[in-house]
Amino acid sequence: MAEPILELRNVTRTFGGVRATDDVSLAFMPGEIVGLIGPNGAGKTTLVNLISGFLPVSSGEIRYEGRSIVRQAPHQIARAGIARTFQIVQPFAQMTVLENVMAGSIFAGALGLKAARAKAVEALEFVRLAPFMDMPASELALANRKRLELAKSLAMNPRVLMLDEVNAGLNSSEITEALGMIRAIAERGITIIVIEHLIRVVAELAERAVVLHHGAVLSEGPVDSVLKDPRVVEAYLGNRFARRFAG
Amino acid sequence: MILDRTFLLKIAVGLALFALAAFSAFSLDNYQLQVGTSLAMLAVLCYAWNLVGGYMGYPSLATITFFGIGAYTDGIVQNLDQAIGVAWLAAAIAGAAIALLLGAALLRLKGHYFAIGTIATLEVAREIANNWDALTGGAIGLNIPIQMGSPEFVGRFFFLVMLALAVAAFLVTVVVDRTRFGFGLRCIRQNEQAASMVGIDVVRYKVAAFVLSGALSAAAGGVYASMVAYIEPKDAFNLVKTIEIPVMVMLGGMGTIFGPLIGSAFYVVLNEFVWANFINWHSGILGLIIVGVIYFLPGGVLGTRWPSAKGRMPMRARAAQPRTTA
Ligand SMILES: Nc1ncnc2c1ncn2[C@@H]1O[C@H](COP(=O)(O)OP(=O)(O)O)[C@@H](O)[C@H]1O
Ligand SMILES: [Mg+2]
Repeated sequence: MAEPILELRNVTRTFGGVRATDDVSLAFMPGEIVGLIGPNGAGKTTLVNLISGFLPVSSGEIRYEGRSIVRQAPHQIARAGIARTFQIVQPFAQMTVLENVMAGSIFAGALGLKAARAKAVEALEFVRLAPFMDMPASELALANRKRLELAKSLAMNPRVLMLDEVNAGLNSSEITEALGMIRAIAERGITIIVIEHLIRVVAELAERAVVLHHGAVLSEGPVDSVLKDPRVVEAYLGNRFARRFAG
Repeated sequence: MILDRTFLLKIAVGLALFALAAFSAFSLDNYQLQVGTSLAMLAVLCYAWNLVGGYMGYPSLATITFFGIGAYTDGIVQNLDQAIGVAWLAAAIAGAAIALLLGAALLRLKGHYFAIGTIATLEVAREIANNWDALTGGAIGLNIPIQMGSPEFVGRFFFLVMLALAVAAFLVTVVVDRTRFGFGLRCIRQNEQAASMVGIDVVRYKVAAFVLSGALSAAAGGVYASMVAYIEPKDAFNLVKTIEIPVMVMLGGMGTIFGPLIGSAFYVVLNEFVWANFINWHSGILGLIIVGVIYFLPGGVLGTRWPSAKGRMPMRARAAQPRTTA
């Protein structure tokens, strides 16, 4: 069995009295797609913030490629190969779409400006934003802003990619297209953690799912069995969905 | 560095302007040399401010703090019988060192808080200069050895030195504009969280820009002190000046390679004209002009789309965002 590329050991994060992350232990294997699901406020975004170094852990350890990263700054973690998208998209609004993506390839990708540009163009072609390359990022519509986040992360040449609700707010055909892109990214051997509250997305994409509830891991395993887990059904999905999914 | 042809042309135009100014030094009279020297000095300060306020988007009011620190360092070192060049170097180093210390603390603040924090440095520095008699001469001020030579010679000498400093500040800006450092500063200006997400060492970049800015401002202060041969706290740490510098850059265009030059030139011309014609009303009229220009040209001279600039208020919000290239 291969070594996990990313591992959380008893990670806890509290805000005042709230345990936003409660004793979470998880392992992610190289190249797999894992769905991270849970209702609003379950602690999904907090977990992403902890892994990417935006928030310090209250206790526990996060290991990447066999080394602890809990003391590293966000930019160090990004350069080491862990990329994330933001649930609320955060473009560099006054830069062009191309410049936005170049930021990823210049700094995390550690490329010279010319190579960074080529890499950025490639990432933009991949997410089909190349025609918008010279447009200010602020002028993109929501679906395209989400793709821009994706292209920016890809240009960073990551080994782990955390997608925080990249599908939220998209219509059905936009989601289908996004799913295709995510699969293609996984085929490059990048470990993908898809954070979703849309079950459809996780069911279609991931081999494995983790369900968070009140900050703790409620259930984890192959997607089908997780979605049928009585605790998950009760806590999150509701019986109607469970019947529909099983049937 | 990405150097397309337009950008190379811009650099060439800039250097040609500076060369022209240098050659003209020998045909200018004393008054003209004086105006030229103060223009060059303001340009240096504007370029220094532009790194932090323009490219990085931190509205610093500490430019004159570093200018004053440079002025006093120069005076103190020259009074220790050191060569003038040594004193200037010491001024720049002192500016950089204090910017390093202050930057680490101040750059945690954002927006208005940062502006207020930086202005506090000016007040504190002036009080220190006022009270540390043994080192600074206190409120009485500090005499600095006068440069020997005819007034024409000395005037020309300081004009050329200040001009050389302006060229250096221009070249620093050119390099910053076209390298990953400047790119990172622009990312920081727009979104610090996203900047660290793409791997930018935000703290180090911010401190580096502040240090560079502090060193340039202090160098200008050092040359200024040697030129006027006498400094006092309220002149070296002047509150109005520290506000005028960002105004000039806004006039010219923030985060561009020519904005600081155009802004300071515009300001000097405006100042000379208003001063000469409306001597009693000078600050009031100047203030109105500043407000008017900022209101109608919020992107500065360079950030305005000229053909349709007249009465084009709805564009204000957009033009107010600094452009990414000159
Ligand atoms: N910066 C913060 N300060 C205080 N509480 C927070 C902060 N971030 C998240 N929380 C709290 O942690 C819990 C989990 O939030 P979050 O991770 O955003 O959930 P999710 O992404 O699953 O919707 C919520 O109760 C939220 O209010
Ligand atoms: Mg969330």
